[in-house]
Amino acid sequence: MELYQKTAAELSRLLQDKEITAVEVFNSFTERIDEVDPHLKVFITCTLDSALETAAAVDRRRMENEELHPLAGVPVAIKDNFCTEGIKTTCASKMLESYIPPYDAAVVEKLKRIGMPILGKTNMDEFAMGSSTENSAFFVTRNPWDLERVPGGSSGGSAAAVAAGMVPLALGSDTGGSIRQPAALCGITGLRPTYGRVSRYGLIAFASSLDQIGPLALNALDCSLLLEVIAGYDQRDSTSLPHEVPQYSAAAGRELEGVRIGLIEENISANFDPEIKFAVLKMAALLEENGARITEVSLPHTDYGLSAYYLIAPSEAASNLGRYDGVRYGYSADGDNIISLFSRTRGQGFGAEVKRRIMIGTYSLSAGYYDAYYLQAMKVRTLIRRDYEKAFQNFDILVGATTPTPAFKLGEKADDPLKMYLSDVCNITDALAGVPSLSIPAGLHSSGLPMGMQLTAAPLNEGLLFQAAAVLEKCSDSPPQQRTALNLTGRGEL
Amino acid sequence: MDYEVVIGLEVHVELKTESKLFCSCPNCFVPEPNVNTCPVCLGFPGTLPRLNREAVKLALTASLALNCRIALRSWFDRKNYFYPDIPKGYQISQFYEPIGSRGSLTIEDDLGRPKVIRIGRVHMEEDAGKLIHSPTGDASLVDYNRAGVPLVEIVTEPDLRTPGDARRYLEKLKIILQYAGVSDCKMEEGSLRCDANISLRPSGSETLGSKTELKNMNSFKAVEKSLEHEIKRQRAILKSGKEVISQTLRWEEESQKTIVMRGKLQAHDYRCFADCDLAPIELTAEEVEEARAALPEMAEARAERFVHDYKLPDYDALMLTSSRGLADYFESCLEFYNNPKNVSNWIMGELSARLNSAGIEIESCSFGPEHMAELLRMIDENLISGKIAKDVLEKAFYSGKMPRRIVEEDGLLQISDQSELEGIIEKVIKENPDSVGNYRRGKTKAIGFLVGQVMKETRGKANPKLVNELLVKKIGFK
Repeated sequence: MELYQKTAAELSRLLQDKEITAVEVFNSFTERIDEVDPHLKVFITCTLDSALETAAAVDRRRMENEELHPLAGVPVAIKDNFCTEGIKTTCASKMLESYIPPYDAAVVEKLKRIGMPILGKTNMDEFAMGSSTENSAFFVTRNPWDLERVPGGSSGGSAAAVAAGMVPLALGSDTGGSIRQPAALCGITGLRPTYGRVSRYGLIAFASSLDQIGPLALNALDCSLLLEVIAGYDQRDSTSLPHEVPQYSAAAGRELEGVRIGLIEENISANFDPEIKFAVLKMAALLEENGARITEVSLPHTDYGLSAYYLIAPSEAASNLGRYDGVRYGYSADGDNIISLFSRTRGQGFGAEVKRRIMIGTYSLSAGYYDAYYLQAMKVRTLIRRDYEKAFQNFDILVGATTPTPAFKLGEKADDPLKMYLSDVCNITDALAGVPSLSIPAGLHSSGLPMGMQLTAAPLNEGLLFQAAAVLEKCSDSPPQQRTALNLTGRGEL
Repeated sequence: MDYEVVIGLEVHVELKTESKLFCSCPNCFVPEPNVNTCPVCLGFPGTLPRLNREAVKLALTASLALNCRIALRSWFDRKNYFYPDIPKGYQISQFYEPIGSRGSLTIEDDLGRPKVIRIGRVHMEEDAGKLIHSPTGDASLVDYNRAGVPLVEIVTEPDLRTPGDARRYLEKLKIILQYAGVSDCKMEEGSLRCDANISLRPSGSETLGSKTELKNMNSFKAVEKSLEHEIKRQRAILKSGKEVISQTLRWEEESQKTIVMRGKLQAHDYRCFADCDLAPIELTAEEVEEARAALPEMAEARAERFVHDYKLPDYDALMLTSSRGLADYFESCLEFYNNPKNVSNWIMGELSARLNSAGIEIESCSFGPEHMAELLRMIDENLISGKIAKDVLEKAFYSGKMPRRIVEEDGLLQISDQSELEGIIEKVIKENPDSVGNYRRGKTKAIGFLVGQVMKETRGKANPKLVNELLVKKIGFK
């Protein structure tokens, strides 16, 4: 078994036991990248030189018996909307095609501090707006399970990279499903943490009240290890939470006896793919076998979630993206005067989906429409938040499908934004409520594509999600590990 | 028909904080552009604002000093628009819920009667950068040093009725905010900026006429002048039966005229919504009461105290409290030298004259209270005359040297030694027989001339009282 097939936890153990070196790990993953990236197109920028330096430094320090973080030397990839000092950060947009930030995002600082080699910056939907990574201004990323299909989005590059063994761990951002949906479509595990759990400082904003950074990995344990690194209070982010970071990785392995689980009616809806519904019910049954109590629960305002989200997120986006005006950084078109500089820069620098959302957001905040759209959506958001508060009075974990269907074909929904938006239908309400939500593999569809199940907990209860996920990983019949398109064999638990 | 003038003012005041409103860049003027900047105040992608609590404290103090109601929960909104001087594409401001509202300030009207001006709101916001058009005209440059500097905007209700009202409101506002320690309020340096809204309506009418907005006034005088000009202009339009166009006008200092800056007053749609990068500002009732109790003594109260405690005439007290800096200076002098009236005379006389001619504020004056105290003590001790003291003050004012050192270095010590003076007096008597004769014939005023001659001989260093005595003794009893 190659090193690139191992989980982060396994690599960590081997590194700590000095059975392997960080440079060997680096070499294994970079060879894998060389082999598959031409097919998948995951990386916008590779940062192998600095990653190798990091790996070599870790090895030196380990030789000197220095106390190192368990993940020191374990490679990671990050979505290209995290600022990296001196390294291009594009948001997959022409607007930032050659933008080099002057500082590191808070999470990047943390990865660097503990010596995790950053292999590169992954492709995404432009400014994280999309569900298929097709909205990248540069190229599309393909799903490792079927090269004709999308990896999901917007963190499609990070999800595909982990699924294809190009990195054991990756970071993504989730505004309305952008970690969980691609995790499900690529057959891996991805967490959207509680809003405020991870500092957003240095994450290029899409919708500030919804954006949250989270880990993507092969399993729950790996996710929990990476969350331990990135979580925590940061005074530079006024929305970051002061609560202490627990040892999430200790949660895997605990029993589920007495844990109350609610099966969300709306997220195993009748018009979902029946195989996905069945897979979720099967997983729920497994939870029950392990001592959890399962009851159906309704989140009655879920139907309004998508509409509310597609007013709130674009409104914030329209404002957040106002700074790209060609004056200070990024793409700048020639203009005869200031107005033409603005309109040409923005007209040429932004892609169609970004413009669509800026238009929607501008409209929803405009005088005369504000009350009917933005304010109304905010009221719906409050109702949705209450749905969750009420549900968590009776339940510890809520479960349902992560997506209504497995990965769809490239181009299948590209011309129909509403259809595309619907692929996030199960991920939106968690984001609006700010609660933590984890997508885990739920076996393979008859088409050979992976399916995902989503587990949601009350704020700051990420540990509970890892606990349930670990139980399921242990007892589910392992899905086939072969990714036919790339002939990838034998990678850990899926 | 007679018209009533209706004026409302919007005043922006820079808060005197160490750092900017949402980052740690210093809040101070530097001539070099884009020096006081960082990724946060330049609005670089991924950066987030972090509220400066000191600014909230000052805004709270300003609101309280202006008798406002305080919102225990307020928040920041984003005011979205495109302009090169705002780095983020929006300005962070308080639109929906200002920290202070429904306040008031009392001024005197043109006839000296007290008049209450209602203050609609006091809210916090960040300043924008500065656009500089290149001299060659082919480019505009932006300086973001000022971007993110904390401001409060103070908006009156349309309660002002004359240009004089407006000027007195601004003068009073400046004194209050200076006393409260909120701002320097230097209009010339831009730490206080004022826009005026003005309309005319037929006397007795309740509805407001169409208004114009005046900008670019850089002194209180300019505000008054521009309003006077605008009243004339609007009155002429209305008298001719035409309508005033609602527009923004720019005051041109050189020509003393207003010119149209922007056509129709467009209602800008700023698409304001709560800034979710910042937590709401929560204040407790206790915090507000503490801030209220900690409000510094205001000018009127201080003047009363000066009259009562220091037995100063009303006029002195009023002058000394006309700025907080002056009043603080006065009281600091008393810590070293306890003769209030004497100190007051020298501050209002010599020192003020020096400050005026040098064009500097008392706060940045190098002739400090210790200097003043030492100088006055030397006069009391007959070491120097009042006349010499004026020269010493001037020297110390520019050099910052202590008065005693100047006196010693320049050999200005007063001659009080009788034997030393007698020789000079003999000489003066010999050289001025006419004056001596006059005096002896009863023209006692002639003694003044003789004293003057002695002073001249000693280059002002002689003790004039002693000279007088000695002269009288010498020529009176011959």
